[in-house]
Amino acid sequence: MGLKDAQTRRGVDATDVALLQSIEDGLPLVTDPYREIGRRLGLSEGEVMARLWLLQSSGIIKRFGVVVRHRELGYRANAMVVWDIRDEDVSESGARLGSQDCVTLCYRRPRRLPQWRYNLFTMIHGRDREAVLRHVDRLIEKLELHDAPHEVLFSRRRFKKRGARYSTEKAIAVITSSGRGS
Amino acid sequence: MNNIRPLLSDFDRRLLDEFQRDFPLEPRPFARIAEELGTTESKVLDRLGYLKRYGALSRVGAVLRPNQVGASTLAALAVPPDELESVAALVSAYPEVNHNYERDHAYNLWFVLTASDRAGIDRVLEAIAERTGLQPLDLPMLDDFHIDLGFALQWA
Repeated sequence: MGLKDAQTRRGVDATDVALLQSIEDGLPLVTDPYREIGRRLGLSEGEVMARLWLLQSSGIIKRFGVVVRHRELGYRANAMVVWDIRDEDVSESGARLGSQDCVTLCYRRPRRLPQWRYNLFTMIHGRDREAVLRHVDRLIEKLELHDAPHEVLFSRRRFKKRGARYSTEKAIAVITSSGRGS
Repeated sequence: MNNIRPLLSDFDRRLLDEFQRDFPLEPRPFARIAEELGTTESKVLDRLGYLKRYGALSRVGAVLRPNQVGASTLAALAVPPDELESVAALVSAYPEVNHNYERDHAYNLWFVLTASDRAGIDRVLEAIAERTGLQPLDLPMLDDFHIDLGFALQWA
């Protein structure tokens, strides 16, 4: 169908941006949310659903569904766990760490020697600090990371956390300002 | 924020757990969920509204892949402890900064910067270095390995 071809060629178009923006606080909690969004944007219900499907299948939307808040559900501790993985192993270790239940982010970043040796960053949530540390021990066992130096950086104070709304607007502003190529 | 976990029913827990991905793309998605949970569409909508008001639910919506385009980085500073609050305030004041946390480490201040291009990031990092006399670590994402299947909640 034309829409799909156009979208895979172009990446995200202006209508997609408007659509993503309109749902950044979530779907409206009404019986027919896609029709309601379409009404706001001047799109048919079918086009809203088709675009959301394409945005998922092209990977721009990583996940579509219920998004929970960890802290309010009792996951009070979060740690950034950083690992020094040999460069030739980092893709494999990253892929394995990134698919574990307790890991909510998993990025490769550059080392900055001599100040900073770690090249793989994971975020791990737990009920408390002990639970996070148990997760780390289990990951080391399961993925055989005994030889990989690591550090656990618990968060202490949060000085700033922009809400989902603003950060999505920012991301979308970035998409828009850089044009439509992908 | 308070932990609302003890206030949740089994029904709430299933709502939060079982629909974190592949949310129904059909005209009456909440009716589909009601059918799977053996209840009514209006009860599903009521409880989702409740969970959102009390903070357990962020939204029913999309998680976007980071950095499709544009620029961002994770930066860190090793701040002398007695200067931490003032340096944190200086960093937070930049609109390009969207998260800013104290962490247990010699590098004790960690923040995320986003801008429309890399030059915008460099300008802010240079300004922070100049104003604080501290050299930030600049750690842009190179690969995203996380497969987002949602967050498996453990209720026990």
